[in-house]
Amino acid sequence: MTDVAHPDLRLQAERLFTRKRMISFGLPAMVLAYLIYIFGAFDVAGLAQRARLDNARIILSDSWSYKTHVTMDARSGNIAVAIEGEVKGAYLAGTAPGWVALDGQAAEVDLGRGQTAMIRDGAIRITLPEGEVIEARPMRQGVEATLPPLDPARVNQTDQRLVVYLDGARLTVTRTKIELFRYFLGWEMFWFSLDSRFHGMTFGELAQAAVGGELPAMARDFWNNRVWRHGDVVWALGETVLMAFFGTLGAALISLPLAFLSARNFTPAWAVRFGLRRVFDFVRGVDALIWTIVLARAFGPGPMTGALAILITDSGSFGKMFSEALENTDKKQVEGIRSTGANAVQRYRFGVIPQVMPVLLSQVLYYFESNTRSATVIGAIVGGGIGLFLTQAINTQKDWEQVAYYIVLIVLMVMAMDSASGWIRRKLIRGG
Amino acid sequence: MADLTQGRAIRADYIALTQRRRLYSGLLLTVFVLMMIAAFDILESRNAGGFLDGLSQLPDFPIGLISEAWEKADRLPGHFLTFLPSLLETVNIAAASTIFGALAGVMLALLSTRGLARWPRMIPLFRRAMDILRAIPEIVIALVLIFVLGGGPVPAMIAIALHTAGALGKLFSEVAENADLKPVDGLSSVGAGWFQQMWFGVLPQVAPNFLSYAMMRFEINIRASAILGFVGAGGIGYDLRNAMTWGQGRFDQAAAIFLLLFATIVIVDQLSSHYRNKLSHAEH
Repeated sequence: MTDVAHPDLRLQAERLFTRKRMISFGLPAMVLAYLIYIFGAFDVAGLAQRARLDNARIILSDSWSYKTHVTMDARSGNIAVAIEGEVKGAYLAGTAPGWVALDGQAAEVDLGRGQTAMIRDGAIRITLPEGEVIEARPMRQGVEATLPPLDPARVNQTDQRLVVYLDGARLTVTRTKIELFRYFLGWEMFWFSLDSRFHGMTFGELAQAAVGGELPAMARDFWNNRVWRHGDVVWALGETVLMAFFGTLGAALISLPLAFLSARNFTPAWAVRFGLRRVFDFVRGVDALIWTIVLARAFGPGPMTGALAILITDSGSFGKMFSEALENTDKKQVEGIRSTGANAVQRYRFGVIPQVMPVLLSQVLYYFESNTRSATVIGAIVGGGIGLFLTQAINTQKDWEQVAYYIVLIVLMVMAMDSASGWIRRKLIRGG
Repeated sequence: MADLTQGRAIRADYIALTQRRRLYSGLLLTVFVLMMIAAFDILESRNAGGFLDGLSQLPDFPIGLISEAWEKADRLPGHFLTFLPSLLETVNIAAASTIFGALAGVMLALLSTRGLARWPRMIPLFRRAMDILRAIPEIVIALVLIFVLGGGPVPAMIAIALHTAGALGKLFSEVAENADLKPVDGLSSVGAGWFQQMWFGVLPQVAPNFLSYAMMRFEINIRASAILGFVGAGGIGYDLRNAMTWGQGRFDQAAAIFLLLFATIVIVDQLSSHYRNKLSHAEH
């Protein structure tokens, strides 16, 4: 008897091993083949040519440093100093930071690391640490320049334009202007913009002013910072959280009664259940992106549109999950409540809700947390909240320090929501 | 007699307790309702259009879309064919990013699970790394990468893969925490290295759960990849935005894209839930 069964068992075991071996080699091989296909389909090889490494360098340097422009207009001969070359960062005419000595239409600029520049009579003369001299003058027909022998990678010269990369600074001369950049570490005007009288004060001076009763003025200047717009940014963050809050909890409120109607043990009518389930599937299947577009046509751009898009999409998911949770409830508690003569509403309230509440709440909290992230993305599409700020800053392609600031804030916001919801969930599970 | 008074005291205590609990729940509920109303008020005041005006216009767009698609129903099959390549690109972005994200997630999970980690002292570091990866919305990385790498599927893929690595890493590490350590001990007793211990001792135990989480992530990533396309990363989302900006008269294209996207999401959801059920049944 065993002799007969034995080869059969052996054969079975061998077949099983062969199958397992096929899977454990076949699956990685398939994945590899797919990735090779992706490599071709996404044109990864061509990426090297399309990639703009200079853009990467701009992002890397601009996100943690800033530059101050000293610009001489060739036509008028006037010299202007502006942080990042922006109107909002411009020094008042005739004023300049300490490293620029203005004298009418001439200026002496300390470029740091032993490099000095002199702008005078419509020309610039830069002295390098080893005593070499760069001279350039914008002319109507082009740029006239005399250069010492420099590393060719640091110079970009045509008839119309001269760019010299200095140590921590840059010189650009075109037919119409001379422009000097000097780079500084940090985020410029982060605390106070130039129009605030607290700009440029040292920490000690600020502390002194704060003690002297100027704290409200300082807070106001910080809050209304024209460049960084801290007040608006905080509002935008709040808006994003609000979108997630209203969308998630609104969805939970709408789908709870519907879930009762689509749970087998509460709604005997097959047609109602089937219909509602298909509605949930449809709402979930039509992606948040499509809902966002449809809603934006009706409600216009703004945070409410985003909140409603989250609300509709999540109603589908909640409806499905809640009805599953309701189907898993224990009947005995309902029977017990019924035996005391309770009516239907009381039976649900005291027999069912306490059973499902911890499950539902923890799901809702999980969605709330992940929706803060979705609200950022949806905000970028509908134009609300921090998502809007982020896309605007990226689209201007020069405010990378602000992009970095927003990214840091978004990450902090999502992580804060994450730990808050985790904390509440733990409390609920322990308490329930 | 003493029993009776004691019983009364307990009863009074109990009633006081329930009343207090009811008061708290009532207060909590009131605060919650007020918060919802306030939230709605703020959101509406900062929106371009009001809620009630919008509600009456809400059906306009879908009706216009459907009627236009109905009129030009003969063109729909052609549109399906036109947009099939971009749909494929969207699905490919999701699939590739799920694969890369899952691989990175497995590594991160094993490196940050107590008992399995290669460098136990580095566990908090890898955990924080996963937290940060999870917290960064895909759109942030995608937009920055589009600036550097140019438009196309690769920025979207990298962005989604990074987020996936963080999200799956956390789920994977929860699974790996419950893995039986005996095979690992056995393997280490015969001199297997860390990688061999993981490959032969841990992964066979957790593979079904890992696969099922990865499939769930694939569903999510298809949606994410469509959205990223809408902000400029290629795929069907990009076509959708173009179709929307052309506006009236070209809505048949938008309708075709809506249908394709809807069908894809439903099919992938069904397939993945089917295979996930199979996996969880095979396990038991």
